[in-house]
Amino acid sequence: MSIQVWTWILVGITFTLYIGIAIWSRAGSTKEFYVAGGGVSPLANGLATAADWMSAASFISMAGLISFNGYDGSVYLMGWTGGYVLLALLLAPYLRKFGKFTVPDFIGDRYYSNVARSVAVFCAILVSFTYVAGQMRGVGLVFSRFLEVDINTGVIIGMIIVLFYAVLGGMKGITYTQVAQYCVLIFAFMVPAIFISIQMTGNPIPQLGFGGVDENGVYLLDKLDGLHKELGFAAYTSGSKSTLDIFLITAALMFGTAGLPHVIVRFFTVKRVVDARKSAGWALLFIAILYTTAPAISLFSRTNLIETVSNKEYETLPKWFGNWEKTGLIKFDDKNNDGKVQYLADVVKNELIVDKDIMVLANPEIAGLPNWVIALVAAGALAAALSTAAGLLLVISASVSHDLIKKMINPNISEKGELVAARLAAVVAVCVAGYFGIHPPDFVAATVALAFGLAAASFFPAIVLGIFSKRMNKEGAILGMSVGILLMLFYMMKFKFDWFGGGTKEDWWFGVSPEGFGTLAMIANFIVSIIVSRCTPVPPKEVVAIVENIRIPSGAGEATH
Amino acid sequence: MSASKEKKYWYKNLKYLAILLSIWFLVSFVCGIIFVEELNTIRIGGFKLGFWFAQQGAIYVFVILIFVYIRLMNKLDKEFGFNEK
Repeated sequence: MSIQVWTWILVGITFTLYIGIAIWSRAGSTKEFYVAGGGVSPLANGLATAADWMSAASFISMAGLISFNGYDGSVYLMGWTGGYVLLALLLAPYLRKFGKFTVPDFIGDRYYSNVARSVAVFCAILVSFTYVAGQMRGVGLVFSRFLEVDINTGVIIGMIIVLFYAVLGGMKGITYTQVAQYCVLIFAFMVPAIFISIQMTGNPIPQLGFGGVDENGVYLLDKLDGLHKELGFAAYTSGSKSTLDIFLITAALMFGTAGLPHVIVRFFTVKRVVDARKSAGWALLFIAILYTTAPAISLFSRTNLIETVSNKEYETLPKWFGNWEKTGLIKFDDKNNDGKVQYLADVVKNELIVDKDIMVLANPEIAGLPNWVIALVAAGALAAALSTAAGLLLVISASVSHDLIKKMINPNISEKGELVAARLAAVVAVCVAGYFGIHPPDFVAATVALAFGLAAASFFPAIVLGIFSKRMNKEGAILGMSVGILLMLFYMMKFKFDWFGGGTKEDWWFGVSPEGFGTLAMIANFIVSIIVSRCTPVPPKEVVAIVENIRIPSGAGEATH
Repeated sequence: MSASKEKKYWYKNLKYLAILLSIWFLVSFVCGIIFVEELNTIRIGGFKLGFWFAQQGAIYVFVILIFVYIRLMNKLDKEFGFNEK
């Protein structure tokens, strides 16, 4: 059977499964809609969190990014996993004990102020929208490459599926669909990795094949370092970014991960504080399976690519090269007309441009794997994009119906009315996300990476100080969050969009890239919060009692309004 | 009396956090970033050690840290009677 037929079959089966789960787990109350009724088992929540977390970027782009950046790519590996340690130790158990529905709920109650709540709602919506547009685009791309439909048609199909199960099922529907999506995506990621690891090193475990030897007994990593040297690239195992920048980017990704609202809310769905801790453990374990495999894939595919194309006659290249050339993801320009592919670090002489996304998407073809494996990758990429999109949409919908309408605009709204509002907000959010997926503004790609900086600069300090400092008051938190997010937005706009006079790499403050700046903005938030809170009145007694209460795990009770 | 019991529990919790987060910092920022070049002179099989920490080791340690934390806290909860049935 052809790749296309296989893809239709696998995508059809998985989509039917997702819709089936959605119908089976419809949400009947706001509690089910926001936190899946609060009775999800830690294992299921771990699986759902892993799928929620791993987006189209993790599945499709990350291995390729590492492939092209070598050691510098480590920032994603450490940053996107290390954040879970912070989440598990500093946030999840306490927020579960607090027992509300959303992150702005915590900020609003802990800082006894609707101003603080509004700032939190603004940050949550800003972070989630920048992130979700990228997911819808990812869905469209997968459809167009594997099924040869128009990108826009792909985005619309994705919208309808997400609309169906997010709007109908709310958090309850999303949770159980995400469990299924994790299974699909991890299977789709591991099967080709295992095949390729066996081909290249004889070891079926990619994590071990990573340090393995080729048929001549040379360590693969040494071999690739050698190839890189020959072609003029920086050694694969040592990077080209400054240590300071690597440090700050990794930190921004870690603290940002811990501050992302769609990840935090997942910990509201379990019954007890113990379960919140356990879910974080399961989640990171399931994430680590993909994250420790990805760098192995990067190494295998990079070595494979260079060995297959470098200095080879263009006419004799395998069929996949032409296939992907058609999609524009591989570009070859025979500058010196010798009929051979020169792949070099030197931009003037280099004749080959390879898109990073190919490393995962074309990997099975490059390794000559069967058609069903190639189709599986498409189904896995869709699972990764859809699961993350659904989680983000729920945050947006809850921010509108719960934090804005119920908590601020119309507190007397009935349970039924709030549920209708939540569903309507989800519909609007899906449509807006779909619009951005079809007409991607230029800034989407830049801001997705920066969503982490924004989350680190705004939420992380406010939540951590809210738990660990009884003295922290609303003045400190509001000013701190505002300073953090404004600094981050300013830096991002200045150096990414050329606003406020723009600037180049040489103008970066202390040589820090916009991606790493989130760490500095977060530190500014901490400093402002602490200084301001010490100069302003202590928080009221009831609030200190809340803090004392969330520090003790027993008596968590059920999430309430 | 109950207030001091809660204080003691909190203090122990903070101690655990300090230890676990030091390890978190050590494996990622220290071994994987700051001293990566120095550690790269040491080899474990096909890996340079610093590179291994940055792309594999740190992640394994992160997973272990969370499960150790779960165990420690479950024991602590029981010790102070704060565990939930």
